[in-house]
Amino acid sequence: MCLAIPVKVVEVMRSGIQADGAGPGNDWAIVDLGGVRKEISLALLADVQVGDYVILHVGYALSKLDPEEAEKTLALFAGLNETGALEAKATS
Amino acid sequence: MAEAQGKIRSGYVRPLDLKHGCVDLTHGSGGRSMVQLISELFARHLGNEYLGQGNDGAVLPAPTINGRAGRLVMSTDSHVVSPLFFPGGDIGCLSVHGTVNDVAVMGATPLYLAAGFVLEEGFPLADLARIVESMAHAAREAGVPVVTGDTKVVERGKGDGVFITTTGVGVLPDGLELGGSLARPGDVILVSGSLGDHGVAIMSKRENLSFDAPIESDTAALNGLIAAMLATGAGLRCLRDPTRGGLAATLNEIAGQSGVGMMLYEKAIPVKPVVSAACEFLGLDPLYVANEGKLIAICSALDAELVLNAMRAHPLGREACFIGDVIADDHHFVQLTTAFGGRRIVDWLAGDQLPRIC
Amino acid sequence: MKYIDEFRDGELAKNLALSIGGEVAAGRSYSFMEFCGGHTHAISRYGLTDLLPPTVHMVHGPGCPVCVLPIGRVDMAIDLALKQGVILCTYGDTLRIPASDGLSLMKAKARGGDIRMVYSTLDALQIARDNPAREVVFFAIGFETTTPPTAVAIQQAQTEGLANFSVICCHVLTPSAISNILESPEVRQWGTVPLDGFIGPAHVSTVIGSRPYEFFAEEYRKPVVIAGFEPLDVMQAILMLVRQVNEDRAEVENEFARAVSRDGNVKAQDRVAEVFELRREFEWRGLSVVPYSALRIRRKYAAFDAERKFNLDYRSVPDNKACECGAILRGVKKPQDCKLFGTVCTPENPIGSCMVSSEGACAAHYSYGRYKDMH
Repeated sequence: MCLAIPVKVVEVMRSGIQADGAGPGNDWAIVDLGGVRKEISLALLADVQVGDYVILHVGYALSKLDPEEAEKTLALFAGLNETGALEAKATS
Repeated sequence: MAEAQGKIRSGYVRPLDLKHGCVDLTHGSGGRSMVQLISELFARHLGNEYLGQGNDGAVLPAPTINGRAGRLVMSTDSHVVSPLFFPGGDIGCLSVHGTVNDVAVMGATPLYLAAGFVLEEGFPLADLARIVESMAHAAREAGVPVVTGDTKVVERGKGDGVFITTTGVGVLPDGLELGGSLARPGDVILVSGSLGDHGVAIMSKRENLSFDAPIESDTAALNGLIAAMLATGAGLRCLRDPTRGGLAATLNEIAGQSGVGMMLYEKAIPVKPVVSAACEFLGLDPLYVANEGKLIAICSALDAELVLNAMRAHPLGREACFIGDVIADDHHFVQLTTAFGGRRIVDWLAGDQLPRIC
Repeated sequence: MKYIDEFRDGELAKNLALSIGGEVAAGRSYSFMEFCGGHTHAISRYGLTDLLPPTVHMVHGPGCPVCVLPIGRVDMAIDLALKQGVILCTYGDTLRIPASDGLSLMKAKARGGDIRMVYSTLDALQIARDNPAREVVFFAIGFETTTPPTAVAIQQAQTEGLANFSVICCHVLTPSAISNILESPEVRQWGTVPLDGFIGPAHVSTVIGSRPYEFFAEEYRKPVVIAGFEPLDVMQAILMLVRQVNEDRAEVENEFARAVSRDGNVKAQDRVAEVFELRREFEWRGLSVVPYSALRIRRKYAAFDAERKFNLDYRSVPDNKACECGAILRGVKKPQDCKLFGTVCTPENPIGSCMVSSEGACAAHYSYGRYKDMH
């Protein structure tokens, strides 16, 4: 339902306080996916650094991607490979 | 005074201001202004012996191929691309490539082009010059001259800068038949290179969708590549360039015309990683994105190797590869075996694919 | 593409398929609803159904904001464009939705409506800045993923004093939709939902967190596994659901741990709460009227609420009587069960909501899978 993609932050531009003092200005970032770059808003996410991966939806970063959790999930897929193989051996 | 008078040349006509001038309504009115536009801009770049005849119609020699008379192939295309200038090309070279390709995929040697321009009042002459130069360059490279043309001007607001219609003729040797109704079960489907480049290059420059991508349109004239393929003597059934609607539209058309089905293999379909990435951004499927310098070839399975080698030997076919099989199917579906081993249809869309958020 | 390609590995998919096949209990079938249209799309696009054992059935849920957007709301947007001459900005997804009088936003554009497709609310704001003499209205659709960007846009418009900018708010809420399915007539009829579990939406959950689903797991005793967007994520989630069912558990598990936390994105939630409040009820196409299921703009930001600004009236437009979208969205009927499917109702000429968006159950089946009905 919501097309969002994981993109890498390659530049962060902080725009500082608004001219009328209404509050902190919105931050912007340039992100990269496979060589395609786009400028997006960081208004919904704090503490984004260059090198972070974020989930991008309609021009805004919505959440940060946790590389450790990503590795764990991938290991889960691959780990099942071994389990699957073991189970097959046990039943044969 | 006498000296000053001596310096004024008689018959002096002030040249077009190609740097700052604009198209105005007089340029389309058939009068001196139009003649000046033609001679200083169009003929200057596109000039050849036929255009130089300067008549309402160009008189051309009877078309022959290898010294023998052949059949005439004619094709026409209107070009309305926006933006007019995009990475890798512009409306000018696109209008040459598109029509040269449409003639060449029939197996014909393209011979001549005609070009009609509808210009909008106010269109900068500098841009027009750029476009016409680009057309001339494309025509020279393809070896197909623009032998006749027409110019009209419409009021400001009634055109999108410039529309170009090109018509091409070529000669098809006797005995050679290529067409969308000739694919048979057992044939193979080949493609000359990566898909989706042109459509993505255009989209990256559209307002409201802009992103930065090192992607260039693949626009190119394919008559040289096709000549190399035909020279192998291989059993080619059909050649077509997957323009609007992409690979999906083209293959669905052929499947319908030939009364067959197709099975494509996702892993085999070449898409540049950066094009994939751009499609991810917008939620688009590269199979539906336009190409302007690629062709699909359907040929007998036995000749696949032969055709692929000929393609890969040509600069425009270096990445040519096999992507699928023609199969028997009463429903004429184009199916895809996904990288996962699952199957799905590559359906024929009703309209353009639109970027989505969902 | 990092974090995308690895999650699309065909080899790993085969192994996950084997695992699922190995763990389904003999003699029982499993029905799981993937709530989110993005998951429906992933399943269709990668042909995942072919990799699942025949006893596992995937039921396509109503998590497609285009599909559940009532015709009356599209009529409002078309009216504004054609009768009030506003610049109507919208995401691409809405352009083809058929509305009343044979119109759609795309057809209204052909009739002279200034309707512009945008990728982001940021683009709509820019259009408002570039056209100070014209009214610019943004057609805001979407679930909780898409709502925070609208909130930011409205607040930004207020900060800048962009008086010509306003929003038609049609944002809807996921938990309400899930409740609606679990409370459907079929439940009253059979005493139970014909579903064994849910695959929870990926990106909605990055915003709302995994906590809101705990209520459903407890109250209705149905397992929920939040899954990422990629096909391997979906397969892993199916495996986790099969395990929960086999072990008689009803918990919320998070397969998309790399982007979803229990609390979600609090900053985004706060922005949404500042700008929006709950509507007492909202009509969902295919599901009829659902209480506390949608948002409207708070009085504080009334100046940016297009419904107030232009005095818009909502007129409900009923769907075709033969349309089975309601039952299909609740997961109790399949597209093929509908008399209109594939004949009168096709993606080119969609009659009901499930065919309107490429992620609707009917559209997905028609585009990707109908060959299976024929062979």
